[in-house]
Amino acid sequence: MKFDEFAERCGEWLRGSGPQSDIVISSRIRLARNLAEFPFIRRCNEQDRKGIEQTFRAAIQSVTDWKELINVDVAGLPSIDRQFLVERQLISRELADASGARCVFIDANETYSLMINEEDHLRMQVMHSGLDLESAWEQANKIDTELDKRVAFAFHEKLGYLTACPTNVGTGLRVSVMLHLPALVITQQIEKVFRSLQKMGLAVRGLYGEGSQAMGDFYQISNQVTLGKSEEELVKQVGEVIPVIIDYERQARAFLVKESRKDLHDRVSRAYGILCTAQQISSEETLHLLSSVRMGINLGLIQDLEIPTINKLFIHTQPAHLQKLRGLELETQDRNVERALYLQTHLRKRPGEDPAEHN
Amino acid sequence: MKCQQCEKPATFHITELTGPEPQEHHLCETCAKTYLSQNDAGAPPPPTLAAVLAKQLKIGQAADELAKLDQRKCPVCGITFFEFRSQGRLGCSHDYVFFEKELTPLLLNIHGETRHTGKRPAHAVQGTDAKTELIRLRREMKEAVEKENYELAAKLRNQIRDLEK
Repeated sequence: MKFDEFAERCGEWLRGSGPQSDIVISSRIRLARNLAEFPFIRRCNEQDRKGIEQTFRAAIQSVTDWKELINVDVAGLPSIDRQFLVERQLISRELADASGARCVFIDANETYSLMINEEDHLRMQVMHSGLDLESAWEQANKIDTELDKRVAFAFHEKLGYLTACPTNVGTGLRVSVMLHLPALVITQQIEKVFRSLQKMGLAVRGLYGEGSQAMGDFYQISNQVTLGKSEEELVKQVGEVIPVIIDYERQARAFLVKESRKDLHDRVSRAYGILCTAQQISSEETLHLLSSVRMGINLGLIQDLEIPTINKLFIHTQPAHLQKLRGLELETQDRNVERALYLQTHLRKRPGEDPAEHN
Repeated sequence: MKCQQCEKPATFHITELTGPEPQEHHLCETCAKTYLSQNDAGAPPPPTLAAVLAKQLKIGQAADELAKLDQRKCPVCGITFFEFRSQGRLGCSHDYVFFEKELTPLLLNIHGETRHTGKRPAHAVQGTDAKTELIRLRREMKEAVEKENYELAAKLRNQIRDLEK
């Protein structure tokens, strides 16, 4: 099954390249759509949910370019596989935890996924590596246009695309950028940045989106308003503020290097040391330490590691990924041991060296 | 239902959509006032659906007025206004038309605008009303079957088939 191959790979959006990829992890576009002929999800019975699935399946399969899309029946998946897709950001927590017929179509490069029967009938998501909002929007717009030729979306002359929650009505568009901001956190300037962003009508969230705490200094910035502005204006609104934050983060990093290089180097080296030698480690601690190491690489304080390796470790050390890679279901304690071993193997590896020696 | 904070009847049903899970609060008028003013403290928070809704419904609005509003029911999907404001989710696209009076100030609060200026579907607009009608017919057919009114159910089924063509 193609789905299992995902575990070994990393996904296009984490390849660690693309504009500003030392600070910008990924750019994401999400569009919410509903079919006019079905009630919104909250009022759907199982027959409606299946009808929605079938309507989208027929539409998607009739697009020639989409023949290679991988269709995963989320309702029929074991919970570890659902968790795996959440960790990879291919489906939302809401889709994973819902009940009843629901599925996702994923492209082989993992640049986009089409979630069926989430909070809305369709949530399409495009993810690109680095700061790349315009082309992510272009791709999402194309997908939407193809589907629009085949199905009737719920649309109101004045209010635009109709959604289950009034916070998404109009464009149904959420433009998000995931940023790595460790220096703003260390210099305690992050709160100030958040307050300014909120004043501008932008939302800030932690690594796993809505409601989650920021872990490992990763923050997601997105638009709040979806009605009254065009899609291009919303993309521009988010796109214009990101370079300013990138600049703040760079200034904070430069300040740290200049004013407290020793402390910074110590912090980074300790993080690296723990990751290389710990015998058991939680996913939360891993995330925090990898965050320091990632910054250390970008500042030239660690020479023999590359960003794509770290990006891969962020994903592969999360609970479901670790278990899929190991091919075993593990309790928390065993996972912590397994995670430490995985980190040791992949961080101590030098070019030409066999990682098995460290097992 | 009793207020979560005191013994009075709960007349405000607030769903907070800011956390990972929607949080429901059932409060009386007095406790709702306190709850919402707490949310107002400090820097202006981003508008939450619940807070905006509750403010729009004017605290102090007579309970029977609110009860009347709560009973309004969309003829297409059958959702009541009470269900919407306690769950924070609408039932079908017709709700935007049926509850327009209540939703307009809410949309204005959330988005600062009430008119879409973005992309329009090239293909789907004309058929929307007929498609919405399908939601009502399917619901009524299901209800007719449940009431064992098979004659009506068959009539509705034929209407659905005609519309689906």
